[in-house]
This record gives sequence, structure tokens and C-alpha cells, in this order.
Amino acid sequence: MSVQTAMDEAQVDQAQADRASTDQAGTGRHDPAYNFAYLDEQTKRMIRRALLKALAIPGYQVPFASREMPMPYGWGTGGVQVTAACLEPDDVLKVIDQGADDTTNAVSIRKFFQRTAGVAVTEATGEASLIQTRHRIPETPLTEGQILVYQVPIPEPLRFLEPRETETRKMHALEEYGLMHVKLYEDIAHNGAISTAYAYPVKVEGRYVMDPSPIPKFDNPRLESPAIQLFGAGREQRIYALPPYCRVESLDFEDHPFEASKADHDCDLCGCGDSYLDEVIVDDEGGRMFVCSDTDFCATRRALGHAGRLSGEALA
Amino acid sequence: MQPDVLTGGFADPAPQSARAFRAALQAMAMPGTIHEVSGASAPAPLSAAAAVLLLTLCDRETLLHLAPGHDVQGVRDWVAFHIGAPIVPAGEAMFALGTWEALASHDAYAIGTPEYPDRAATLIVEVASLDGKGARLTGPGIRDEAFLPVPDVAAFRANARRFPLGWDAMLTCGPRLAAIPRSTTVEDITCMSQ
Repeated sequence: MSVQTAMDEAQVDQAQADRASTDQAGTGRHDPAYNFAYLDEQTKRMIRRALLKALAIPGYQVPFASREMPMPYGWGTGGVQVTAACLEPDDVLKVIDQGADDTTNAVSIRKFFQRTAGVAVTEATGEASLIQTRHRIPETPLTEGQILVYQVPIPEPLRFLEPRETETRKMHALEEYGLMHVKLYEDIAHNGAISTAYAYPVKVEGRYVMDPSPIPKFDNPRLESPAIQLFGAGREQRIYALPPYCRVESLDFEDHPFEASKADHDCDLCGCGDSYLDEVIVDDEGGRMFVCSDTDFCATRRALGHAGRLSGEALA
Repeated sequence: MQPDVLTGGFADPAPQSARAFRAALQAMAMPGTIHEVSGASAPAPLSAAAAVLLLTLCDRETLLHLAPGHDVQGVRDWVAFHIGAPIVPAGEAMFALGTWEALASHDAYAIGTPEYPDRAATLIVEVASLDGKGARLTGPGIRDEAFLPVPDVAAFRANARRFPLGWDAMLTCGPRLAAIPRSTTVEDITCMSQ
């Protein structure tokens, strides 16, 4: 056995051990100091009514009475409220932040619901019944019955073009989206291509223009999904939704069609050529590596024996 | 006051309403799918599913309309004790409950405004049977097609034509429920084949 394989195996074992330790069965008991899933029942009913209307009008932003949550705005208070209103005791919850299960935001939200709802948690996309996400759609295709909850900072796609809520509301009512096309056209005029790389606007069922939250435009084609997709913006007090198999078109021009782009590399850890990559600076001499932003996807591939350019090296 | 007015609510509201809402969410997200709910029982003629929906979605902030047939003292008392929703005429209602015929006229309900299409009524329609047969449904949430016994295809078609305005309907029968949001296109396949 070569040193290389031994190290790989050790890594796989380590990866599996790490992942097993984070998957936890639900206790079925939540901290009795809190109502199940933290929010009071009256608040949950209000959010639930908004969610049903959001599903009935795909892409339309339903106003809701967003509550103060025990975390600052910008940390996913909208997503947390939507998750709290949807969770049931036998759910298996996964939380990701930019694709990663192990970042501060993801870990704290996961712990929050373990404590207040007693639900099971997992890092495996396929095992989760409800996934709360910040700015990514998992690489593993979602299935019917799964729910994907997005944390949304600015729900209004027209906000940076027109700051007045009264005006943007009228523009949605009148289906007046010319301004958005002008913006994309100016991108082409200045840069030769549409330079918007994330939060790329989409049109839902040929009616509402919607901000898919700051997911990379690489993820836009995945917005047409068998899963239920719910979007919560806490500070801006809006909820919107995409039912399964809903038609979602990224805005573009006939001569400049939409293109889902990514860094032109393979993952340095798992070798995957078609996943979305993070660029990581690894030393102070300009050294860099590219790794899958979806940690579960990458770890699963490595556990299956896939290897990338740097997978044999000790990564400090 | 009848004794059954005080019973029939959720024994453990948080998890029971969470499960019931998930059924309603799945139904609204995937029109044509039928879901079973449990945990509540209200005086006749309310079905178990309609009682569960009221407990899950309504409270003292939601204006409720009871259509003739459902507007009986037992139901009013049950709603007053368990939910507290004010009972209002059809035009003001956020939720309306009754059989399809009793809910007429269906143009009386709020359909939202162009700026706020969400300010529209939800009709909880009690139907005699609920299975995957009947009119063809297509639209958001439906991969190919789905089938439900739609009480009045013409009215649902007219409702869908004013999208994004329109009311949304939830069909209830015994412990089962399904939904037909305004985004769903309804076609009577028996008419089409003629």
C-alpha cells in the first residue's frame, strides 16, 4: 500500500467520522423553556398564512410581520422564521451557509433548532426533509417532498434600481420590468456580457420578476426543482415561494443568452468538474486552491474514492 | 352551549398544528395531491380536515365567513371557544367555509388588489368526495397533470384567468384535504373529449 492511499483512506475515515458525529437523531424533546420551534403559535399561524399565499402566487413577495429573533438581522432571521413555521417534530434538518455545513451561521442555526425543536439534524442532502440555506442550492439534486428555505437579504429585485417601495410595488402590479432589462443591457454595453454573477433576476411562470437571493447564477437552472422552495427576508419582512416544477427563467436577451458560470477548474479535493467552486488562498505566496462550495457533496465524493489535485497533501 | 363545543381542539397544539400545516403546505405547493390530517373534531357539519385547517390557520386576527349550512350555533360556539375568529359576511372574509353551493356567490370574496394580490380570501370547500379523479389540473406545482373532483370547473377557470388576482380554494372531505390555488388551470376532460 502506498503512502498516498494510506493517507487517502485515513482522510476518508476521518471525513466519515467527522460527518457521523454531526448527524444526530432527534431527541423528540425540545427545551421546555421555549414553545416548539421557538416561535409562539400565533406568530406561526401568521407566517403559515403568508406561506400559503406565497405558494398560490409564485414569485410574489407577501408582506409578513417579521419578529425579532435571538440573532442579528443578516444572520438569517427570515429563513429561521420560515423554518420555525414549517418544522414538524420528525423532520431531519440540514443547514448550510454558502454550501458549507460547518460554518458559524449554519452551526448556530442548526443548534438553535436542535434545542428549541428537538429535531434530528444531518449534513447529508439526501437525508434532510428540510434544508435551510444561505446563498447556495445543494449540488445533490433535491427530491419531491423536500423543502428548501432560503435566507434573503434584499427580496426586491428592483430595489437598487428604484428605492421607493410604493413604486416597485406598482411596477410589479403593472408587470413593468423594463428597468431590469435596461440594467442588464447596460451590463452588456459596458462589459460585453451580463456581469451579474449572483442574485441573478428570474421571471417566475412568465409573471413576477423575482430575486432568487444571492445564490450564484450557476445555481439558477436548479430553481426549477421538484422540491418546495420558500424564501424568507426577516429585516425586509417578505416571504415568497416557488412551488415544485414551477417555470423559472433567468432574464436574458436572444443575442446574449443566460449562461450559468463557474470557476474554470476542477475541485482540488474531490476532482469534480461541474460543481460550484470556492477559491481559497492557501499561503502568502499567491498559492490558491479551488474546492467545492458544497461540503457535503465534496465529502461524499471523497468518501467514494474520488480525488483531486491536492487530495493527497496534508492541508493545514 | 353543547358539551362538544368545548372539546375537539388540538390536545398538543404546537406539534399537531405543525403536522397539519405541513399537509396544507404540501397541498398548496402541489395542487391535486391529497393529504390526510387528524387531531381535531368540530360539531356537524364540519369535516375533520376543515376543523384542523381552521385550528391551524385561523385565530382572532382572521375574519371568517361561515356559509349557510355551516353557520349553525354549534359551529359558531366551537369557533368562538377554540379559535376566536370574528364571523363576518362573505365580502370581508379572509377565510370562508362551506359547501361549494352554499359559498355562492363566489364573486363576493376578496381577490386581492394588483399591488397586494395576497389580500385574497381562502375558501375551505367541503366536498362530498375527494379522490384523484375528475377535472384535469395543470400549472405551478404540477409536473405533468393532476386530477381532482372540482365542484365547478367554469368558476375555477374564471378565477385562474384573473391571476395574479383571485381566491384560493382548499377542498376538504372527512380527514382529507387538497388545494387548488388561483395559479392552477382547471379543465373538464369530459367536455374536451366530446
